[in-house]
Amino acid sequence: MSSSLTREGLLQAYRTMRTIREFEERLHVDFATGEIPGFVHLYAGEEASATGICMHLNRDDYIASTHRGHGHCIAKGVDPVGMMAEIWGKRTGTCKGKGGSMHIADLDVGMLGANGIVGGGGPLICGTALASKLRGSNNVGVCFFGDGASNQGTIFEAMNLAAVWKLPVIFVGENNGYAEATSSNFSVACENIADRASAFGMPGVITDGFDFFAVHEAAGEAIKRAREGGGPTLLEVKLSRYYGHFEGDQQTYRAPGEVQKLRETKDCLMQFARRVTSRGELSMAELEAIDVEVKTLIDASVVKAKADPLPLPEDLMADVYVSY
Amino acid sequence: MARKITYQQAINEALDQEMTRDPSVIVMGEDVAGGAGAPGEEDSWGGVLGVTKGLYAKHPGRVLDTPISESGYIGAAVGAACNGMRPVAELMFIDFMGVCFDQIFNQAAKFRYMFGGKAKTPVVIRAMYGAGFRAAAQHSQCLYNIFTHIPGLKVVLPSNPYDAKGLLIQSIRDNDPVIFLEHKALYTMEGDVPEESYIVPFGEAAVVQEGDDVTIVAFGRMVNYAKDAGASLRKKGVQCEIIDPRTTSPMDFDTILESVERTGRLVIVDESHPRCSMASDVSGFIAQEAFRALKAPIQMVTAPHVPVPFAASLEDLYIPSPARIEEAVMRVKEYR
Repeated sequence: MSSSLTREGLLQAYRTMRTIREFEERLHVDFATGEIPGFVHLYAGEEASATGICMHLNRDDYIASTHRGHGHCIAKGVDPVGMMAEIWGKRTGTCKGKGGSMHIADLDVGMLGANGIVGGGGPLICGTALASKLRGSNNVGVCFFGDGASNQGTIFEAMNLAAVWKLPVIFVGENNGYAEATSSNFSVACENIADRASAFGMPGVITDGFDFFAVHEAAGEAIKRAREGGGPTLLEVKLSRYYGHFEGDQQTYRAPGEVQKLRETKDCLMQFARRVTSRGELSMAELEAIDVEVKTLIDASVVKAKADPLPLPEDLMADVYVSY
Repeated sequence: MARKITYQQAINEALDQEMTRDPSVIVMGEDVAGGAGAPGEEDSWGGVLGVTKGLYAKHPGRVLDTPISESGYIGAAVGAACNGMRPVAELMFIDFMGVCFDQIFNQAAKFRYMFGGKAKTPVVIRAMYGAGFRAAAQHSQCLYNIFTHIPGLKVVLPSNPYDAKGLLIQSIRDNDPVIFLEHKALYTMEGDVPEESYIVPFGEAAVVQEGDDVTIVAFGRMVNYAKDAGASLRKKGVQCEIIDPRTTSPMDFDTILESVERTGRLVIVDESHPRCSMASDVSGFIAQEAFRALKAPIQMVTAPHVPVPFAASLEDLYIPSPARIEEAVMRVKEYR
């Protein structure tokens, strides 16, 4: 498979995937201490999907994300330092501590929000794409959703609407095999989520979510088609999450050793590193330098998040309305 | 210059003027033009009751028919609002909120607060509400109280053509999500409406009749019933002060409070069910803020706690009437 990426592109891809992994692994550790409020849903294991897709996007392209949204945020350019503070519920967070893990949004970088409602983003992204289309820009919208949301009516409605209006939308079904504790083998009535594309008259593509290059290539085609006015695509990314539905999930529904085996044989960062070094595109030293850089950044984000101030009482009533 | 037009024409005119003024205003909904993809005429309906008729030709590409997918297109309106448009989405009957409520109350209403003040969601959702058309339980509800309960939404209930135009223009220019509710029985109501563009601000009640004996607070279509009752009572020597809040979120409690402190007697007229309603909301507010001023127990004139019935004999009984309002006023007036 050929890669259209430059050296800089490869470095950026690795840095993004490593940043997501480090962010999530760190949250996994810190959440166990009980200091982080609420609950978090980690994206570790799925990094190639968000990264391979968002690398094709510009700042004013929009994405709609899910409750498992940290990876999408980072890949779309939301500042991880602000995200960490948000997850710690601090006033300095991306959403001033009012959204939390499940609702991180940064419209300035085209991130329309993680979403606490499964399937909530489908209709919304049709709207950003409609606005782009009516303005005559070539911007696109990407709706990330999971195998659970693939069974929601909102996603069906959004796919039909996007096809009817020929909107520049890419529906990215991240099939990690489990909707909470229910297997997609049970909950998705057809063989593949992508099979449903034909019902809406759009292309359905399946790609390997452990392989950054496969995702990047498949997404590139779909996004190019959308930018050129060719309408929506349903892209199913088959992948796995390394942790539970939420932190604290004992995952007794999974096969023993399932995750360990994936980490050892299919991990997206491992595959990426093996490929670019064996081809001489990047050196191991370069990748290790990024690892160190990213670890420093995430460590610093945690130190800062812990020290940052909590929202103040006067923040309670602020920003309900633009004017009331 | 003002001339007499209908409530329906006033709404159409507001949409037309705002679409002309601002290219980011778009209209979308089921059959808002009608005829999309069909072999016959374009703009064949202009909305199920013809309210948006003619906009399609005047504003090419900006009046968008949708599939019958309320979650899909109401959500799309919300998303488009986040990306620089000012969509006016028509939900047809407010009863259909049941199939798209998530996009309204979990998405549109929450974005600004939940995203730390960064988001702006200037979407208007228009819908018909109210009983009286023998349309039965799934096409006749009010439900405005449900939206009023949700922080982040604004809720508008014009009771006449003048307010319909001015409030709709304000709704479109407003930067928050607005639920704009049109009573189907008012579409044919005529009134003086200026040709030029104007706004009616939110959160400013109209005192539609002044009086010192009894305060009547009425919502939407019920304002007109209250006026009928007020005219009849005046002949009997009872002077009612009739207040039309015009928007239930924001709500002009000050005007109501000032009036009740003067009259000491309050009747609230709400076409919706009595529990957790606008009537109980105003009642609770006055009980808390003006307890000492009250000379009689507050009276709520509402529909009963039942779904809207179909048969004429039952629906007529269901809807509050001017006669029931008059009775309630006399009860508080004569209370000792």
